[in-house]
Amino acid sequence: MIEIAIVAVKSALLLFILLTACAYMTLLERRLLGKFQVRYGPNRVGPFGLLQPLADGLKLVFKESFMPAHVDVIVYWLAPAISMVTALFVYAVIPFGPEVMLFGQRVPLRLADVNVGILLVLATSSVGVYGIILGGWSSNNKYSLLGSLRSSAQLISYELALGLAVISVVLTAGSLSLVSIVEAQRRVWFVALQPLGFLIFLIAAVAETNRAPFDLPEAEQELIAGYQTEYGGFKFAMFYIGEYVAIVTMSALLTTLFWGGWWGPVLPGPVWFVLKTLAFVFVFIWLRATLPRVRHDQLMALGWKVLIPLGLLNLVVTAVIVVLRGT
Amino acid sequence: MPKVLLDWFYVAVFAVVGTLMAVLPLVVVWLLAPRADLPQKTITYESGVIPFGQAWAQFNVRYYLFALVFVVFDVEVIYLYPWAVVFRQLGTFAFAEMLLFLLVLLVGLAYAWRKGALEWV
Amino acid sequence: MALHTEELMLNMGPQHPSTHGVLRMVVTLDGENIVDVQPDIGYLHSSVEKMMENRTYLQNIALVDRGMDYLSAMANEEVWVLACERLGKIEVPERARYIRTIMLELQRISSHLIWLGTFGIDLGAFTAFLWAMRERERIMDLFESATGGRLHHVYFRLGGVFDDLPEGWTDRCAEFCDYFLDRLPEYDELLTGNPIFLARTQGVGVLPRDTAIALGASGPVARASGVAYDVRKAHPYEIYERVEFEVPVRTEGDCFARYLVRLEEMRQSVRIIRQCLEGLPGGEIRSKVAVTVRLPKGEVYARTESPRGDLGIFLISDGADRPYRVKIRAPAFSNLYALTEMMRGWKVADVIAILGSIDIVLSDVDR
Repeated sequence: MIEIAIVAVKSALLLFILLTACAYMTLLERRLLGKFQVRYGPNRVGPFGLLQPLADGLKLVFKESFMPAHVDVIVYWLAPAISMVTALFVYAVIPFGPEVMLFGQRVPLRLADVNVGILLVLATSSVGVYGIILGGWSSNNKYSLLGSLRSSAQLISYELALGLAVISVVLTAGSLSLVSIVEAQRRVWFVALQPLGFLIFLIAAVAETNRAPFDLPEAEQELIAGYQTEYGGFKFAMFYIGEYVAIVTMSALLTTLFWGGWWGPVLPGPVWFVLKTLAFVFVFIWLRATLPRVRHDQLMALGWKVLIPLGLLNLVVTAVIVVLRGT
Repeated sequence: MPKVLLDWFYVAVFAVVGTLMAVLPLVVVWLLAPRADLPQKTITYESGVIPFGQAWAQFNVRYYLFALVFVVFDVEVIYLYPWAVVFRQLGTFAFAEMLLFLLVLLVGLAYAWRKGALEWV
Repeated sequence: MALHTEELMLNMGPQHPSTHGVLRMVVTLDGENIVDVQPDIGYLHSSVEKMMENRTYLQNIALVDRGMDYLSAMANEEVWVLACERLGKIEVPERARYIRTIMLELQRISSHLIWLGTFGIDLGAFTAFLWAMRERERIMDLFESATGGRLHHVYFRLGGVFDDLPEGWTDRCAEFCDYFLDRLPEYDELLTGNPIFLARTQGVGVLPRDTAIALGASGPVARASGVAYDVRKAHPYEIYERVEFEVPVRTEGDCFARYLVRLEEMRQSVRIIRQCLEGLPGGEIRSKVAVTVRLPKGEVYARTESPRGDLGIFLISDGADRPYRVKIRAPAFSNLYALTEMMRGWKVADVIAILGSIDIVLSDVDR
């Protein structure tokens, strides 16, 4: 019983940190975009605008809980919850650091070390797209429908590339557990062994999180807000949280799979992990500030005709090298 | 409880807490947020005009061919995971087998490509 | 595949983030492919032409300023005073003609900058918009110090301009020219050389030369389709016959060609401004014209090259102190005709790119 309580408290703490981090990511993104676009960004609420996420959150909670007529009621409410829960769920298996000594006890800086960690992450993030598809369909709005259809097409195209890049890493590390994968990078980070795999994963990750330049499902200029068009208030916030948590997830995965996780000189492990993850979050924002949006058929062509063949090639080359080094 | 199961147990607890994190705010919002459902307000948004036609139509989903190809590939990619884990123990024979498997995959992709399944028409 | 599916009627506008005002397009979709586009205009109709009949010639300057294309107010003023001056045989002092040309070209740059920014937004490149606004701000400041207004100037008068340029204005204007030419390569880096931008614009929304002529397209839209026509060259007004500049023409007729033509036009505008600043003569800025001037009975057609294309005004006077009838030939309206032609067969995402590349202003279309 006490065990459950401890884990529950640990989970709640982790989720709280995660949600706060996401709230501040919105601030970071807006401030950085401001810098990129020679303007200020939000800097009025609190010092440096630090209380802006709080103000936004309060506003969204007290905003009118609005539901259009002609929607599929149950699905309409379910969709944002799916989107948010699946995004959060991934963090059960992501390792933030090695075991540390705390109050004389060995405390691992992760919630769980599941033997098929990476599979769990991929599976959960695929379920996450249901939130988008169901949300878009249940709204009974044409823009939402088009947005969610785009989203599903995009997801299936890039999940394969993502998976292929991950398999190459698994080959190199010889394990599906994220902890073991990080342990295997003690001497050489996998980005040195898998440069192509890293690039494939990076592109696919941007596409999986529906971020610019692959933000077609919510392309404002064409589809108003895509699948979010009929959502407002906190239901909208849940989609938003889902999206931002997914960005952090992908950044954390990039760190874990390719950039050595918590390994790094001088500074303690968790600090390195956070720093690297932040660097990738920055890359996501940077991309958004720089690139125009691709068109749908171009997106599909890139996924199927470039990334997947490259992914397969990378896999074969990796296997050959592993065999040659093994014998 | 064995170590493996214990970790899964943690995951389960995390899932429950996570779900609560999503459901509780919805309840709070349900209680706190004001509601004013006027009929004009609940009209589906369609760029400022009264919507015409249904969004739930038999829509031409052009990429169902992509979806078919995806199902095939995704299942095969799943097969690769266990192979990748125990690859070192299996030796060259398994390697050759897998190369063959990947070759079949590539031929399949090339076939789909050639047949135009990868074109957005 | 003989699978029965329905076409989806999608309504874009009048309340839409990127239809550039209140244009409504009824798009018929098969999948994401466009089967048909029907533009529906008139949401911003303000009956400027009728209103002009009830105002004096001077008052009408303020009306054309905001009632027509609000992004290029100077160009509207120009065509109006040009028509009046031709009908009334009013002399314009040399200095005023130079000042007018400078203002017109500054206005062209500022209008093209807005277009450049919004075109960037249409394609999802938000940064380009704010960068373009940064440059435009400089022009707005120049306008403000010379005319008092940033968007609507009411600066041109029958027979000249309202007031002389303030102290140091010409230096600041020359400074802007240098600054602007320095900044232009940044857009090449951000957009012109960007593979995604190229993929989104090259070959998209092609308007063939014959169709462009048949539909009456003008301005950058026509010039990107290989129609080498510019009113500034064909029917010179102000001092355009005395300055050297080139009319950029491309033959591809796609969105990218329209983009390149406008970018080059901005460079040419800077060239014109520099020549005008160099040759700017002294002297009077306005000839004597009565406030309630009565133009002689008759009719006249004046045409200018506005940033959007061939902008014309047909003016009939019955000898009273206000016009009898005014007809405005709006370039954006004629260019919009080409919309359906350009869009058929492209995808939803291209609707916005193609519409953006035409550069319409709805108050110019609807008037």
